[in-house]
Amino acid sequence: MKKLSLIALLLLVIRRDLLLAMRRRADVLTTLIFFVMVVSLFPLGVGPELDMLRKMAPGVVWVAALLASMLSLARLFAADYADGTLEQMMLAPQSLSVLVLGKMVAHWMVSGLPLVLMAPVLGLQFDMAPQALGILMFGLLLGTPVLSMLGAVGAALTLGLRGGGVLVSLLVLPLCIPVLIFGTGAVEAVNSGLSPNANLALMGAIVTMALVFTPWVTAQALRISME
Amino acid sequence: MLEVSNLACSRGDHPLFTDLSFALEAGELLQVQGENGKGKTSLLRTLCGFMQPVAGEIRWRGENIEELDEDYYAELLYLGHHNAIKDELNALENLQISAGLAGIALSEKEAVAALRRMGLKGREHLPVKVLSQGQRRRAALARMLVSDAPLWVLDEPLTALDVGAVGLIQELLGEHLARDGMVIFTTHQPLVVEGVELRRLVLS
Repeated sequence: MKKLSLIALLLLVIRRDLLLAMRRRADVLTTLIFFVMVVSLFPLGVGPELDMLRKMAPGVVWVAALLASMLSLARLFAADYADGTLEQMMLAPQSLSVLVLGKMVAHWMVSGLPLVLMAPVLGLQFDMAPQALGILMFGLLLGTPVLSMLGAVGAALTLGLRGGGVLVSLLVLPLCIPVLIFGTGAVEAVNSGLSPNANLALMGAIVTMALVFTPWVTAQALRISME
Repeated sequence: MLEVSNLACSRGDHPLFTDLSFALEAGELLQVQGENGKGKTSLLRTLCGFMQPVAGEIRWRGENIEELDEDYYAELLYLGHHNAIKDELNALENLQISAGLAGIALSEKEAVAALRRMGLKGREHLPVKVLSQGQRRRAALARMLVSDAPLWVLDEPLTALDVGAVGLIQELLGEHLARDGMVIFTTHQPLVVEGVELRRLVLS
């Protein structure tokens, strides 16, 4: 029997959560279908005026992505909490933050990444320019991990509470506002012929900060929820 | 090795026990006894660091467990009321993952051997959700076979097990104690390990 290193443990947690997601495919598809539905309803609701659609596209896609990513948050730690796996994770001989980071990465791959890949197709419904589509996708690629990471903090804080699902959205959505502003800002900058770099750079800064702080904060919140 | 001094625990505002002191040395078997609600599980969870004691100290090899943190967890195996196994995964995947979380890379061969000894031959590749309660418990307890932690904390390990499995657990505990391991456990069923004196700690 060999001992596992930090990286091996991180990969183990990611692989485990992806395997579980594969066995519970319905949960994964719910997020994606919700995202596609909400975005597709807007052109039907506001009518086929291309100028208006083009203007509202980034906002609609981003808000839908924000709401879709809230859907799966309640389940992030709930199953592990109920069946005792979370207790075992806390007893792992490595930092709990690393395990939490693994869960965040897996959550993003299951609920964030599909949204990024689907966004260009949905953008076409709004007659978005190819360049704007590229920036929208890049923005989502930077922003959706932040949604998963901030969401994990909220999910950990509301663990074991009744009605935690709604509470998590109320807690996390306000924190996601900067991501929304810079994400849509980048696309609007491209549309008006400016450089999206400033918005994207700020988004990058947010990702880096979230990456540093949220695993640790989530681990602390989980320890409190466990008592 | 494990020393508990003047420990006090409470659940919410309700005090469970105060001034509890005991020590556990290599090769010792300690049963925590007490009526329902006297704090047996809380004591074990405090020993694992899930709950903060109101007062007192828990020391492992002379150092406070809060300072040892991960070094202490590397030497601890905890089996609680919950099985910590996933219904969607099969017994083999469950065992490999829980061993991995405990820091042990387990090959498929080792995992299969452990499951066979637990009486799950031919069930290794079935999703755990089709197994019975007792078989799930066996799958969870297979972690005892692949653990190299010296301190075992077992909360009601015998629930849902049949006579054969209880015998097997007693055998495993005997082997662990013979390797200079330590076991602290709770149970409402009789548990006898041959050749080892059972120490009792009564919470009242």
